[in-house]
Amino acid sequence: MNPRNRAIALALGLLLLAAVPPIASLFNQPFYLDLLRRIMIFAIAAASLNLILGYGGMISFGHAAYLGVGGYAVGVLAHYGVYDGFLQWSLAIGASALVALVIGAVSIRTSGVYFIMITLAFTQMLYYLGISIEEFGGDDGMRLAVRSRFPGLDLSDANAFYYLVLAVLVLVLFLGHRLVNSRFGLVIRAARSNEARTRAVGVSPYPYRLAAFVIAGAVCGLAGALLVNHTGYLTPEFMNWTRSGELMFMVILGGIGSLAGPVLGAFALLVLEDLLSGWTEHWQLILGPLLVLSVLFFRRGLAGLFFPKNE
Amino acid sequence: MNRNLLEVRGLAKSFGALRASDGIDLEVRQGETHAIIGPNGAGKTTLIAQLAGELRPDAGTVRFAGEDITSLSAPQRARKGLARSFQITSIYADFSALENVMLAVQAHAGSSFRFWSPAREDEALRSPARKFLDEVGLSARADVQAANLAHGEQRQLEIAMALACRPHLMLLDEPVAGMGAEETQRMIAFLSTLKGGKTIVLVEHDMDAVFSLADRISVLVYGRIIATGTPREIRANVEVRRAYLGEGATA
Amino acid sequence: MNFFLVLEQTLNGLQLGVMLFLMAAGLTLVFGIMNLMNLAHGSFYMVGAYLATYFYQVTGSYLLGVLLGLAGTLAVGVAVELVALRTLYERDHLDQVLATFGLILFFNELAAMIWGRAALYTDIPDYLSGHVDLLPGLRYPLYRLVIIVVGLAVAALLWFVVARTRLGMLIRAGASNRAMVAALGVNIRLLYTLVFGFGAALAGLAGLMAGPIHVVQPGMGELILIEVFVVIVIGGIGSIRGALAGALIVGMVDTLGRAFLKPTLATVLSPTAADAAGPALASMLIYLLMAVVLALKPQGLFPARL
Repeated sequence: MNPRNRAIALALGLLLLAAVPPIASLFNQPFYLDLLRRIMIFAIAAASLNLILGYGGMISFGHAAYLGVGGYAVGVLAHYGVYDGFLQWSLAIGASALVALVIGAVSIRTSGVYFIMITLAFTQMLYYLGISIEEFGGDDGMRLAVRSRFPGLDLSDANAFYYLVLAVLVLVLFLGHRLVNSRFGLVIRAARSNEARTRAVGVSPYPYRLAAFVIAGAVCGLAGALLVNHTGYLTPEFMNWTRSGELMFMVILGGIGSLAGPVLGAFALLVLEDLLSGWTEHWQLILGPLLVLSVLFFRRGLAGLFFPKNE
Repeated sequence: MNRNLLEVRGLAKSFGALRASDGIDLEVRQGETHAIIGPNGAGKTTLIAQLAGELRPDAGTVRFAGEDITSLSAPQRARKGLARSFQITSIYADFSALENVMLAVQAHAGSSFRFWSPAREDEALRSPARKFLDEVGLSARADVQAANLAHGEQRQLEIAMALACRPHLMLLDEPVAGMGAEETQRMIAFLSTLKGGKTIVLVEHDMDAVFSLADRISVLVYGRIIATGTPREIRANVEVRRAYLGEGATA
Repeated sequence: MNFFLVLEQTLNGLQLGVMLFLMAAGLTLVFGIMNLMNLAHGSFYMVGAYLATYFYQVTGSYLLGVLLGLAGTLAVGVAVELVALRTLYERDHLDQVLATFGLILFFNELAAMIWGRAALYTDIPDYLSGHVDLLPGLRYPLYRLVIIVVGLAVAALLWFVVARTRLGMLIRAGASNRAMVAALGVNIRLLYTLVFGFGAALAGLAGLMAGPIHVVQPGMGELILIEVFVVIVIGGIGSIRGALAGALIVGMVDTLGRAFLKPTLATVLSPTAADAAGPALASMLIYLLMAVVLALKPQGLFPARL
C-alpha cells in the first residue's frame, strides 16, 4: 500500500473515531465513548514510545513512568487548589521532560540489555517514591478533586473531553510524522539501523537519542495528564512496570516503525483485555500466552498486516 | 610540499596476553596512496580500529594534519576529515542507496537538530548525494534498497559514503573483499581516479589492487611494521618474502 | 542506635545479598551463555516458594518440602525452556523481553488461580526457628543464619563448577563461541537446557528460603527481580563474580539504608522532615547507587568474563 493510500486509510480511521460520540449517544452506550477515549489516551502514550522504541530502537521498559509523572503533576496541583489546565498540563509536560532528561542522560550511555534493565529500575524507583509519599495517598493514591480547567472547555462533559483527546492524538501523530521524516528523525533511524556506520560518518547518536527520549517522555507526560482526568483518580499504579510492558506491546503489536501502529496496537490490546476480562476473572492466564505467541509468530504487527510496505 | 597527513607513533594495544599492536610507527604523506599489507592475524583490523577511533590504544599517539587525535572518538575524527569504509559491509540496509549517501552528506552539512522539514526531499542533501553516487557509478541504482544491491554495489556504496564525508584521508578496509575478478578491476580503476586528490590508506589482501594502487606499502606482521617502501622495494625485501612464504607475492 | 543493632542489620544485609546473589547468578548465567534476557526469572522464584510451601503442608516435612519444591521448580524451568524459549535464542532482546513478559502474566495468574491472590504464610519448622547467640548481646535468628550459610555455599559451589570442572569449561566456552562448541560435538541444546534449569532452580531456592520471611503471593517474583537487575547492572552482566559483588553491595545498602537513613537524617533535619524523607529516600537508595555506578563505570564493576 503506497503512502497516499496509507494516509487515506489513517484519515478514515480518525474520521471513524470522530463519529463515535454521536453514535454512542444515539444508541445510549456511553461505555464505548469511555473505552475509546481510554484507548486514544494510551495510543498517545504508545505513539510517544514508538518514537524511541519503534524508530529509535531504544528498548525502554520504563515508559510508564511518564504517565505517572504527568498524572501526579496534575493531581498534586489540583490537591493544592491549582485547577488551571494550562498550568497543570505545562507542568505535566515539563516535569516529564526533566525526568526523562535525567534518566536518559544516565541510561543512554548504555545499550542493549543494560538499557532495558536500567529504564525498568528507574521507573520502579519512581513507583516506590510515589508509594512512600503519604501526603498523596501512598499506594492507594488519591482522587482528582477537580478536573483540569480550560477556558470554554468543560472536561466533565464526556463528549468535549473525547474530542479534546482526539485532537491531541491527531496533533501528536502529525508532529510525529514531521519529526520522523526530518533530519533529526533520519539520524535516529540511522542510529538504529546501523550504529557503527552512523559513528563512522561523523554522527554521535547520544545527543539525538537523548533528545528523542526527552520528547517521548514529554508527550507521554501529556498522556498522563489526560489519563488522570479520564480516570478521576491518581495512583502509583500508573507507573507499574507491567504498564510499561503493555505500552511496549502496543507499539510492537501495532507494528514497529509505523505511525498508525501504536493506535492499532492500543486498540487491539485494550479491546482484547476488555473482552477477556469480561469472560473470565483469570484473563491474564489467556493474555499471557497470547502475547507470547504474538511475539513468536506475529512480529510484523498489525500495521504490517493492514498497510503492507511495498518494497 | 609533501608533509605527513597521518603520523602514528608507538601504537600499542593488547588483549590479555595477545599484543595485537606492538609499537606501530607509520607515516602517511599527503596525497599518497599508502597500502598496509600483512598475513592473517597481523593485527590489521586492530590497527584500523585504532586509526578510525573505535578502539583506544594502550599507548602511542595518532596525529592527523599535525593535530593529536589519539583521544578523539570515531565521530569526532570523521568530522575532522578522516573517513572510512568497512571490511564487512556496513551500510543502512533498510534505506535506499541514495538515502545512505544523503545521511553521510547530512552529517557534514549543518545541524541535524532539525525537527520539521522533510529531509528526504531536501535538495541540499539530495543533489550532493546523487553526485557521489554518480562518481562511484551507482546512479542507476539510487532508489534501490541497499539490502537488495549486489555485493559489489554495496562495496561501491561504502566508498560513496566515505567520499560524501568530504575527507582529507580515506581509510579503506579491504575495499575489494569478496568481489569477483571483473568487479575488482572496476573498483581498482575507480580508486585510481581518486589517487593524488585524496590521501588513501588502503588495507588489502588482494595483491593486484595493492601493487597497482599503492605509492608506498607498509608491511604489518605480528603487530609491528617490518618494512615500508615503494612496491618495488617491498617486493624485493627478504623479510617480507619470508613473512609471506606461500602467499604468492610475485616478483 | 547501638553497635549490636548495626551488626544485626549488617547480617540482614548479608542475608538479603545472598538471596539476591542466587537470583542474579541464574539470570546472569543464562544471559552470559545463551544471550537470553529472561524476565520470567522472577516467576521461578515465586514457583519455588509456592511449591515448597505446598509440599511442606502436604507432607508435613520441611525438608521434603524443600527438595520437592526445588525439583518442581527445576521441572518447570526445563518445561518452559523446551516449550517456549527454544525459539527465542535466535531472536533479539526485544522479542525475548516481550515473550517472557507474557510468561510472567501467565504464571502470576496461574498462582492466583490455584492458591488465590491473598498472601500465603509459611512456617519455619521448629528445628530452624529460634535464635542463636553469636556474641554476648547479639541474638540472631537461626533461620536467617542458615540462609546466609546456604547462599555462600552455593556461591562457592558455583565458583568451583565454573572455574574448575569440565562442565564449567564447556559453559565458559559456550559463552564465547557457541558454534565452535557445537562443532566439537557437544550437545549444545542439552547444555542450554541444563543451564537454564539450574538457573531456575537457583531462583526457586531463593524463593523458598524467602517464603517464611516475606510473604508468598502472586507477583512476588517481579519485585525482587527488579532489584536483581540493579545487582546485575552494578556488578556487570555475564559475570558470577559481578553478581556476587553487586548482590552483597545492594543487599547491604538497601538493608542498612532502610534501617538507618531515617534516624541519621533526624540528626540533621527535623523529625517530621526525616519522617517524610527517610523512607522515600531509603527506597530509592539502591537506584541512586546504580545511577552513580553507571555514571562512573557503564559496564558495571566486573563485566563480562565468567
